[in-house]
Amino acid sequence: MGTSVSLTVNGKAVRADIDPRLLLVQFIRDHLGLTGTHVGCDTAQCGACTVLVNGNAVKACSALAVQFNGVEVTTIEGIGGANGDMHPMQAAFKECHGLQCGFCTPGMVMSAIDLVKRHSKANLTEQAIREGLDGNFCRCTGYHNIVKAVQLGAANMTGT
Amino acid sequence: MYAFEFHRPKSLSDAVALLAKSQGKLIAGGQSLVGAMKLRLASPGNLVDVSGIAELHGIKREGSSIVIGATTRHADVAQSQDVRGGIPALAELANGIGDRQVRNMGTIGGSLANNDPAADYPAAVLGLNATIRTNKRTIAADDYFKGMYTTALQDGEIITAVSFPIPKCAAYIKFRNPASRFALVGVFVCQNASGVRVAVTGAGSSGVFRATAMEQALAKNFTANAVKNIKIDPANLSSDIHAGAPYRSHLIGVLTARAVAQAMA
Repeated sequence: MGTSVSLTVNGKAVRADIDPRLLLVQFIRDHLGLTGTHVGCDTAQCGACTVLVNGNAVKACSALAVQFNGVEVTTIEGIGGANGDMHPMQAAFKECHGLQCGFCTPGMVMSAIDLVKRHSKANLTEQAIREGLDGNFCRCTGYHNIVKAVQLGAANMTGT
Repeated sequence: MYAFEFHRPKSLSDAVALLAKSQGKLIAGGQSLVGAMKLRLASPGNLVDVSGIAELHGIKREGSSIVIGATTRHADVAQSQDVRGGIPALAELANGIGDRQVRNMGTIGGSLANNDPAADYPAAVLGLNATIRTNKRTIAADDYFKGMYTTALQDGEIITAVSFPIPKCAAYIKFRNPASRFALVGVFVCQNASGVRVAVTGAGSSGVFRATAMEQALAKNFTANAVKNIKIDPANLSSDIHAGAPYRSHLIGVLTARAVAQAMA
């Protein structure tokens, strides 16, 4: 019944025998106890469950954990510094008030990190940020401060 | 989701054998299938994951064609220098599928095997007159799409790659449903040595189709004006809560004209 899966989560090797029905987000939250990755819509729309898979943003509610054998998964818990410092993108969301209730924020931050990685500084326009975050919903902020946060985070991520 | 067994073949031949033995379904990115399984719209007893098979992955130029492996993800097609250089309209199309997270998982082979009536890739395959390569044969685009969620693929047949001839010029424009972001109507226009092809997704009641009246007019005169007075019969178009058939018909005309203008630009 169980299917084995071996992967790296936030730098740590993880191996488990799991029911193949288990979604990646359930594996992360319920098996690994990393509850920073949220389940919002559970239908691949809102992006609250976004994690990085080999550096690429993926919706963990819409994929099976067993699909991720041999890959490197990074969750919101894995992006900060070893000394507890926030990642520059997290710090930028705090600085710019890029959140209200905070439910969507982990997914927003993970998507924003992917977005910055894929754009040169010149290409990361306000328009590119707004379009690039179309897989992440925020029902509080109206996005203005999120866009500002991504701009600041991108500027502070340079060289990291 | 109903219970199933999960398999990870390492080669195409292993995948073919597993698929035949288990009567299961293939999974690559799973961006349509996992959602359908969660809703119990699909309940395969076995899933054969082809995403780890190296020979099904990658993009290369072969003569005057771009060949894309079946498990190549949308994000990789969008960023490929070969695709952007040879068929920029195809790179643009790939870059507009779903959202970034979906593009990082979803694959071209999965999209074509699923043949969702509002998917983008079917319009590119039909519009560019691409060839679907499987483990058994090659299938011309005109013979591949057989109606909503239906294709010429037989049981146990696996798409291995898609070969796109490089056109003279091409463009894809879609009108998104503002909530789902799927194409309410999407039109792919392509001009090549043998003529003009216009493929429409999102609108047909039997899935993607060619707008032949548009093609004939554009073959004589490849300008946005040439399609101005051509109406697509709403009788064969879908009607739902998002748009009626007459509105979809209207959009096909508008988007075709825009796509022609963009292809010429």
